[in-house]
Amino acid sequence: MKVLQSNYKNSANKRLFLQMYRAMVRIRICEESLVEPILKGEIRCPVHLYSGQEAIATGVCFALSERDYVFSSHRSHGHYLAKGGSIKELVAEIYGKEAGCSRGRGGSMHIIAPEMGMLGSAPIVAGTIPLALGAALASKIRKEKKVTVSFFGDGAAGEGVLYESLNFAALGRLPIILACENNFYSTHLPIRECRPENNIFKIGKPFCIQSYRVDGNDVLKVYEVSKNAVGLCRKNRGPVFIEFVTYRLRGHVGPDDNIQGTHRDIRPKEEIEKWRKKDPIRRFEAFLIKNKIFRKETLERIDREVEEEVKGAHEFAKESPYPNPNELTKYVFKEN
Amino acid sequence: MRKLSYSLAINEALHQMMDDDPSVFLIGQGVKSPWYVGNTAKGLLGKFGPERVVDTPVSENAITGTAVGAALVGMRPVVVHPRVDFMMYAMDPVINEAANWHYMFGGKSSVPVVIWGIINRGGEQAAQHSQSLHAFFAHVPGLKVVMPSTPYDAKGLMVAAIKDNNPVIYMDDRWLYNLEGEVPKETYSVPIGKGIIRREGKDVTLVATSYMVVESVKASEELETEALEVEVIDLRSVKPLDETLLFDSIKKTGRLVIADGGWKTCGMAAEISALVSENVFDYLKAPVARVTLPDAPAPASRVLEKEYYPNSKTIADAVRVVLRRKVPRGGTEIPK
Repeated sequence: MKVLQSNYKNSANKRLFLQMYRAMVRIRICEESLVEPILKGEIRCPVHLYSGQEAIATGVCFALSERDYVFSSHRSHGHYLAKGGSIKELVAEIYGKEAGCSRGRGGSMHIIAPEMGMLGSAPIVAGTIPLALGAALASKIRKEKKVTVSFFGDGAAGEGVLYESLNFAALGRLPIILACENNFYSTHLPIRECRPENNIFKIGKPFCIQSYRVDGNDVLKVYEVSKNAVGLCRKNRGPVFIEFVTYRLRGHVGPDDNIQGTHRDIRPKEEIEKWRKKDPIRRFEAFLIKNKIFRKETLERIDREVEEEVKGAHEFAKESPYPNPNELTKYVFKEN
Repeated sequence: MRKLSYSLAINEALHQMMDDDPSVFLIGQGVKSPWYVGNTAKGLLGKFGPERVVDTPVSENAITGTAVGAALVGMRPVVVHPRVDFMMYAMDPVINEAANWHYMFGGKSSVPVVIWGIINRGGEQAAQHSQSLHAFFAHVPGLKVVMPSTPYDAKGLMVAAIKDNNPVIYMDDRWLYNLEGEVPKETYSVPIGKGIIRREGKDVTLVATSYMVVESVKASEELETEALEVEVIDLRSVKPLDETLLFDSIKKTGRLVIADGGWKTCGMAAEISALVSENVFDYLKAPVARVTLPDAPAPASRVLEKEYYPNSKTIADAVRVVLRRKVPRGGTEIPK
């Protein structure tokens, strides 16, 4: 697992690192850019921000090819962007515009970029896990060697369908990576009130599934374990279960846990502070600068480029038209 | 023309569609066992192998989700539930995911899946081995629901359901499995959304679904001896429903009796009554009558079962009541 980090002077790795840095910054700046419009009421749909968890989406998606599949849950903006989804279409969707990736019919919780392999996200907890199983099964039937990743949170470890899916995936050696982002909270409920055992990755063992627990705020560790998992799946030696340990910087939904207007985080202050120090982007930046892989100025240039890009996406979204009310029932069925 | 049983007609549809299109596959509990699915899956495993005829552990939620997910990446799966009752575990993938998917992603992704549930009741199996939930599914936008009552339609509607680019609930009835009828050898489809007149008549329209069509035809034969001409309509598709056929018939007869195999409250008969009132009220000479299951779970004991299930006698009685009514002058008679 240390191979990548020790070969960091290698130019191919340098390129990769820069792309990873840009990808993570893109997610963070995009998510943070939604805060003000939400507080102003310009964005109304419920938005589950991914700030703080960028290393997972980035590390995993960089281990995949464009042909591989990703499914996600309500906290999906990071997966969408890391898999190559258009930031303009994402922001437009959140504003409810026709130019949005789901034509304004889905909002933040139902985003998709099928041409990039981001096959859908939906907020029913664990609801997309069996869908990902199906994509993996299709790949096996068609002998395509495509890998499917199913992203879900620690809350999903309460749903029965996850265990049904582990069982079925293991039975068929399906090429699926079950990626559990454990941020220790299932909406408001801390993990110790959800399950007696904190280490979620252990649920793979009874199903004979290779399972790992990884620091989800270390993008290179995420990338390494994902590459390994992808390799196993391509050789018909899947499935793989990976638990990524992380923390969300914002509220379960919206900029903070706005309980009765308090705008207070329900989580303990010390805990939040501890995790802020482990910010995945600051850590990666420190790694790149300390090891003289890139200069601070280079990274700052990327930050500014991304800020411009995100600003442009908001302008695009604000200028885009809303859907036509006469087309309310247009997509109920697909034509034959 | 060659005759085939209803169950073998379904079998033939599966053989032909799986032969014709490698993306079609069958998945579900008991596809290897006649005990579960009668002889509808006969010969499929031997011909197409376990990759395309997938018998599964008892995990309806994950397995149905798997079928939905496979459809999202372009397969045409048929997921079978040996009893409609077992589908209750699969409500999330059917309703929250499959039914909504095309709409909530603005048409960017579609779900060509057939969700096949077998109505299997009687024989003192009682409440959890008896339900016919077609009205539940018909209520949900984004689902189509078909219920063949003849071998010809059993094959043609299975073909149509597989070819349809939308999720189709295919609900057949075990009580029809031995029914023999003419079935063309070649592959053909019956259009979804089109009903058919089984017997022509001018005195009353009798609309029926699935097995109740058999009882309705029997009732109309009995009533013919009383010089009453009953027009029997077999809906075939519960959703979309053939409104034109229905309304044309009522314009002719002015009277309607509905015979449906579901419960009374909020069942298909309630929906049809509303449609008729909205569209052809001026042609009605009497209120609409419904023949349905009572609002009670299915009992086990034989004596109770006999009381529970309506038959041709119950239907004939309802027709006679409707025909005895005069057009009210002011005030409405309350039916007994």
